[in-house]
Amino acid sequence: MSEYRSDSAALADLAATWKSAYVHVPFCRRRCPYCDFAIVDESNDGSLDHETYVDALVTEVGMESDFGPLDAVNFGGGTPSRLDPKQLRRVIDALTSRFGLKSDVEMSLEVNPEDWTDEFGRGLSEAGFTRVSVGAQSFDSGVLEALGRLHTVEMIDATVQGLRACGIRSVGIDLIFGHPSETGRSWTRTVEQAMEIGVDHISTYSLTVETGTKLSRDIAAGAPAPDDDVQADRYQQFEEISQSHGFVRYEISNHAKPGQVCRYNLATWSHGEYVAFGIAAHDHRWGVRYRNHQRVERYLEAVATGDRPRLGVEYLSEQEQERDRLMLGLRLAAGTPLTPTARRFAASDAGMAMVEAGILEIGAGRMRVVVPMMTDAVIREALSVSAADC
Amino acid sequence: MDQSRIRNFSIIAHIDHGKSTLADRLLERTGTIPERDMREQLLDEMDLERERGITIKANAVRIDYEARNGERYEFNIIDTPGHVDFSYEVSRSLEACEGALLLVDASQGVEAQTLANAHLAIESGLEVIPVVNKIDLQAADPDRVAGELVNILGGTEDDVVHVSAKSGAGIDELFETIVERLPEPEGFPDSPLRALVFDSYYDTYRGVVALVRVVDGALTEGDRIRLMASGQDLDASEVGIRRPAIERTGRLGSGEVGYLITGVKEIDLIRVGDTVTQAGDPATRPLAGYAEPKPMVFSGLFPTDGDDFERLREALDKLRLNDSSLLYQPETSRALGFGFRVGFLGLLHMEIVRERLEREYDLDLVATAPSVEYRANLVEGSQRIVQSPQDLPDPGSVASIEEPYVKAMIITPAEYIGTVMELVQSKRGEMGEMNYLSTERVELHYLMPLAEIVFDFFDMLKSRTRGYASLDYEPAEYRPSDLVRVDILLNAQSVDAFSTIVHKERAYTYGRGMVHKLRELIPRQLFDVPIQAAIGSRIIARETVKAKRKDVTAKCYGGDITRKRKLLERQKEGKKRMKMVGSVEVPQEAFVAALKIAED
Ligand SMILES: Nc1nc2c(ncn2[C@@H]2O[C@H](COP(=O)(O)OP(=O)(O)OP(=O)(O)O)[C@@H](O)[C@H]2O)c(=O)[nH]1
Ligand code: SF4
Ligand SMILES: [Mg+2]
Repeated sequence: MSEYRSDSAALADLAATWKSAYVHVPFCRRRCPYCDFAIVDESNDGSLDHETYVDALVTEVGMESDFGPLDAVNFGGGTPSRLDPKQLRRVIDALTSRFGLKSDVEMSLEVNPEDWTDEFGRGLSEAGFTRVSVGAQSFDSGVLEALGRLHTVEMIDATVQGLRACGIRSVGIDLIFGHPSETGRSWTRTVEQAMEIGVDHISTYSLTVETGTKLSRDIAAGAPAPDDDVQADRYQQFEEISQSHGFVRYEISNHAKPGQVCRYNLATWSHGEYVAFGIAAHDHRWGVRYRNHQRVERYLEAVATGDRPRLGVEYLSEQEQERDRLMLGLRLAAGTPLTPTARRFAASDAGMAMVEAGILEIGAGRMRVVVPMMTDAVIREALSVSAADC
Repeated sequence: MDQSRIRNFSIIAHIDHGKSTLADRLLERTGTIPERDMREQLLDEMDLERERGITIKANAVRIDYEARNGERYEFNIIDTPGHVDFSYEVSRSLEACEGALLLVDASQGVEAQTLANAHLAIESGLEVIPVVNKIDLQAADPDRVAGELVNILGGTEDDVVHVSAKSGAGIDELFETIVERLPEPEGFPDSPLRALVFDSYYDTYRGVVALVRVVDGALTEGDRIRLMASGQDLDASEVGIRRPAIERTGRLGSGEVGYLITGVKEIDLIRVGDTVTQAGDPATRPLAGYAEPKPMVFSGLFPTDGDDFERLREALDKLRLNDSSLLYQPETSRALGFGFRVGFLGLLHMEIVRERLEREYDLDLVATAPSVEYRANLVEGSQRIVQSPQDLPDPGSVASIEEPYVKAMIITPAEYIGTVMELVQSKRGEMGEMNYLSTERVELHYLMPLAEIVFDFFDMLKSRTRGYASLDYEPAEYRPSDLVRVDILLNAQSVDAFSTIVHKERAYTYGRGMVHKLRELIPRQLFDVPIQAAIGSRIIARETVKAKRKDVTAKCYGGDITRKRKLLERQKEGKKRMKMVGSVEVPQEAFVAALKIAED
């Protein structure tokens, strides 16, 4: 894999053939004010025993049909570091016996700095993790507080150093930009610090106001809202600094040092197939998309009675799959192959307007969004052109 | 029925003074409507009327009343709209009657349409019964209001009937007053048939239903009839009355009001205002008909989706079957494509027509800012009618432009006289007479450009008098004015649908206001969009909608591709309601932005 550049078309096309597994770990110590994910907020509701949930995950894996062997496994959340390594190990064992693992499998999870201990780190490497993404969010303690995070800048440092010491091959961090409490300078410092601390992968997310969150209620009550132009500036700032340090953007939010692409990530955006377990998990195989129950009780109940914990399913025709591939591929720096649908979009008025505006590029058999912050504008038009096919 | 026991009258008043509610009491007391079917403002049958709580279309209904003298009387009543835009409906209704109930809200007093409608009734030679309504209200001042009524109608305060249409108080007295004071019809039962078509509507199954008032003779089912103005002969296939559901009676005698169905589907064969007579025994002279309604404002209506043009034409044709005041002709706009230039009786009429087209015919429309009808006198001597600013010939070939003026009447509490005068002056109005209706209320007369009224005058008048002033107006004359056309350019391209004719002195303020409003309304696009206002080639204002820089969810949406896709598709659907002008997406509201400038 290291023979490819992170944003190469060949790598993206290869990723489309990878098979992955996603495991959702919903536990969080406390819900962050901007978050609308399906989680269990343990500051409110500590009734669900972690062990019970892990049991259910293992049972659910056991219900699955043939798939694999796996190129990538990812534990996301919620906060996967709320589980102890033994529990994570049980799930990995179940996945291994059910699907088998490729010899070079990427085994990754998200860790929140407040959960870090050296012992936890040792446990991770024993369990076979090759990749960890640290929920750092910011190196500005004011911004961390404004984001309602529970950790300090020192805890981020300790986590990253600790992971290195444990020999985790690939260490990444997540950052959030564009909170109104952040300034241009504080963002620059955060990015520079991320460079200094020496990580292999950085995911940057713009703070988004989701309905139903505390953040959106505060804004409705008069608190300052994130500004699109400011966020576009911050994104630009990040691009400049990170590129000068050898990072390559391979997806809107994802940047990697050479050979450090997150396989699971790239596979998802390349329209690869994945099995998914846990509440609110989404599964995509053979042109079918399933989604699991969102509510923990419903999920546990279904698994206990031996049923797949499905909330819904969507069957996709060939054209619909092609449309999805186009929609996802537009997020990739490598872009998406010029399939018939992509060609029709390229030839449409909307597509040509995008090219003229310098947002979309077509060439070498592919279509690429070159102003990543405008990707949804492109996808919207692409979807409406492809709607005619489906 | 013997004509001596027929009473035909309209209920007229200023808007909201309680006409439809009074009609409810009349229907209820006479048991015309079973109690379980009764509902408030029952004669407001249209959805839009019920939603907005106003009457838009006059509605005629027959009730039977047993008087204290033991006799049974037949009342044909017409509930009319109060809004100034629909005064044409009122004058048509009055032609079918011998009397009118002039209602005044006891807490408000005489207002502009009270006076205007009273004059209409008097001019038509009707007997008017003054009625003070809403006497149940805390704020009611029935004696003062009765005084104002006497002032305009003459007579004494004893002639004024006091009622509450809500509680029913005074309604019995009103019934008796109608019997005693309103004259009976004076037609000749034995002369050849003459019946006035005073309204019509379209019924999907029955075709055109004409509402008629028989003046002389009788109209009988099966008769071969003739429309005297159109010269068309038709069969009277069904004749009856409305309660308000239609009730087939087979015959209408002289003095009676009812409906006539001939099976025709073309409204133009049975025009409102025409006279029905017998084809075999025709009358010699038709009844006095109606003047065609004159549209006051014009606006372009364009389908958002160009493919809907034919559907829009069909919808207009159908709507016209129920609204004979609707006039339209095809219009082409470079920005908006094919549509129609439509003439309306006023802004409310315009709003209602548009809403009905969208709702009842499932169309999505873009309306352009309303304009009045100008006359351009060309250098070479001829005159050009300009209903749409884009039709104004270029300044070099125009010698002068004339604009329509109206006679405006404003009734206001005396304390606001100064405020009103100031406002009218700023709108180029010329003061005429001033009368005191009572010590507290004044009637002011002005000559004013209609264009000023169409824009924002009414809202300003209301807000500056805390809602107490009312306005009525009628066409007066054309006068030469110093007018210019202000064009708007988007992305350096002139957009014809945005052009407006304004008075020279207002051009800069207007241009700046319009450009600013458009900058607020036009969403950010993929590129910078300059917005300019220009008179000819001279730019008078400019602002820019900056290019959009972020349009993405740069957040992990995990495997939930479906939800994300649906969200984007919904957003795209929302954008479809925008109109592409060149390469710029323009929301529909932008085309009537001119109306909104004053709000800021
Ligand atoms: N208190 C009180 N309210 C009344 C009375 N008569 C009517 N109203 C109220 O006044 C409002 C207007 O009544 P409508 O009957 O719709 O008035 P209208 O004159 O038909 O109005 P337009 O047809 O729109 O001109 C309604 O809210 C009625 O309930 C009354 O005698 N007393
Ligand atoms: S830790 Fe992550 S998943 Fe949990 S509440 Fe905060 S943002 Fe949401
Ligand atoms: Mg009414």
